[in-house]
Amino acid sequence: MGALFTQVTALAARSILRTARQPAVMISALLFPMMFFAINANGLDAASRIPGFPADSYLDFAFAFPLVQASLFGAITAGSDLARDIESGFFDRLSLTPMRPVSLLLGMLFGVIALGLLQGVVFLSVGILFGVDVRSGLPGMIVLVGLMIFVALGFGALGATLALRTGSVEAVESAFPLFFVAIFMSSINLPRDLIEADWFRFVATINPISYLVEGIRSLVITGWDTQALVLGFGCAFGIVALALAAAGTSLRTRMAR
Amino acid sequence: MGRSEGIEAEGLIRRFRGGVTAVDGVDLRVEPGEVYGFLGPNGAGKSTTVLMLTTLLPPSGGTARVAGFDIVKEGPQVRAMIGAALQEAALDNFLTGRDHLKLQAALHGLPRAERRKRGAELLERVGLSEAADRRVRGYSGGMRRRLDLALALVHRPRILFLDEPTTGLDPQSRSALWAEVSRLARDDGVTVFLTTQYLEEADVLADRVGIIDRGKIVAEDTPEALKSEIGRPSVEATPANRDERDAVAKVLSRFGQEIPSQPETVSVRLGHGAGGLAAVVRALDAENLKVSNLRLDEPTLDDVFLEKTGRSLEGAGDDEPDAEEAQA
Repeated sequence: MGALFTQVTALAARSILRTARQPAVMISALLFPMMFFAINANGLDAASRIPGFPADSYLDFAFAFPLVQASLFGAITAGSDLARDIESGFFDRLSLTPMRPVSLLLGMLFGVIALGLLQGVVFLSVGILFGVDVRSGLPGMIVLVGLMIFVALGFGALGATLALRTGSVEAVESAFPLFFVAIFMSSINLPRDLIEADWFRFVATINPISYLVEGIRSLVITGWDTQALVLGFGCAFGIVALALAAAGTSLRTRMAR
Repeated sequence: MGRSEGIEAEGLIRRFRGGVTAVDGVDLRVEPGEVYGFLGPNGAGKSTTVLMLTTLLPPSGGTARVAGFDIVKEGPQVRAMIGAALQEAALDNFLTGRDHLKLQAALHGLPRAERRKRGAELLERVGLSEAADRRVRGYSGGMRRRLDLALALVHRPRILFLDEPTTGLDPQSRSALWAEVSRLARDDGVTVFLTTQYLEEADVLADRVGIIDRGKIVAEDTPEALKSEIGRPSVEATPANRDERDAVAKVLSRFGQEIPSQPETVSVRLGHGAGGLAAVVRALDAENLKVSNLRLDEPTLDDVFLEKTGRSLEGAGDDEPDAEEAQA
């Protein structure tokens, strides 16, 4: 257990250090989600006047968007870093140590969590500064950041799986648009019951990202919505469990080569 | 071989997708404390052999034991005993030299108090103390190679694999690395398995040399024994008049078999009882042929390679498939 802790700590420190030393990555991770948020909140504000719209302000409604998108950024960064390690041979260097496969995965994911935590705190601060009203108060904000971290963890494990299966930075980065499409095909921009096109509403309903978004959103616009939170955390746990299992299998396969 | 600090392989084979057989039945035995030079052109199978012996690539056939442990069934035990600096110095450009050593020491389970001390000691040994806190993206090729070597030594391995450690290095960096490898073998008793395509490197560093070509070992012995096996020196003549090259070649052919050389020169391996340089001079003089340069060369490892494969080591691998590419 001591060795596992040492290995995870060392690899997490490396992950955090290399992210912190890439200002461009940090700026992208913090700036782009806020930029999209500002554009969406401003451009789609009229949507809040649609009868049955669940929030008084589109700003509050759209606040889930930067949080989910930020998790995606973190996952792509982590996946690309791992693929780069494989391409450069650094992964082989790590494989030649007594490192346990689970340490590599956990170390990398702790880096994702650290970035997710930073993003969550920054976005919440900026959001509140610009008028986002979090109905669930301070405890809700803590739960919100917690859920965001779970989402980041799930996406991060998916990014790791892609990296381990392909060993290619290009392959991981080319998956980014697919993740992005998956976010847009959810209830990110409108509540599911207000989506007019049947096929879109169907896709949004079977898309687990809708439930992650609705869980986060409920804390902002409703307060404490047990059903939304159970579904949100349930989906997040499910994604994390499946993605970790896939990443673990891919890791064992790659290390056995 | 029981538990030892040596390497033993029998019939080691590695086939890649597309039917490329990079390693084709390699047998080798490296004694504890020995520096073994694995010499061959690009694509000969050197790196693939190292990847298998370091457990990074499973063999398609054959067996091998490193430090007495089976490379397939006892991978973790093998990895605990070895250090490796592979063909590319795989470093993280965003970390410093010291960061790398701290990470490596932690993953090898060195106690916290020892990590810093061991890191500083190795940085000092490879001459990187001053650059220790700089990110490695600013390191030269030689510095990266030296850090790579330091990382391979963090856990005091008994067997060290070095895959073309001096490729692309300037002469000064090359000499420094040679000195350190020699010191490791001499003072610390580390077994070194070194691949190289440089004849001089194998000649200077290795106690024994295995010559590999197209996945097979074609010769193996001490450099001196391999060269004495060839036994005969060669004579190289540069005609003063280029038009007389064929005439000079005809005269020299009386003394032995012509061997590949530069277009403007003629080289022959002197046959047994063919006489020495003086006899060649007299024969050229008798034919009234003038030469601008006449040289007697003792046998080299390239001559050994030529003798065993019919080709010169330099450029021998240019037309061969690259095993690492085949792996991808």
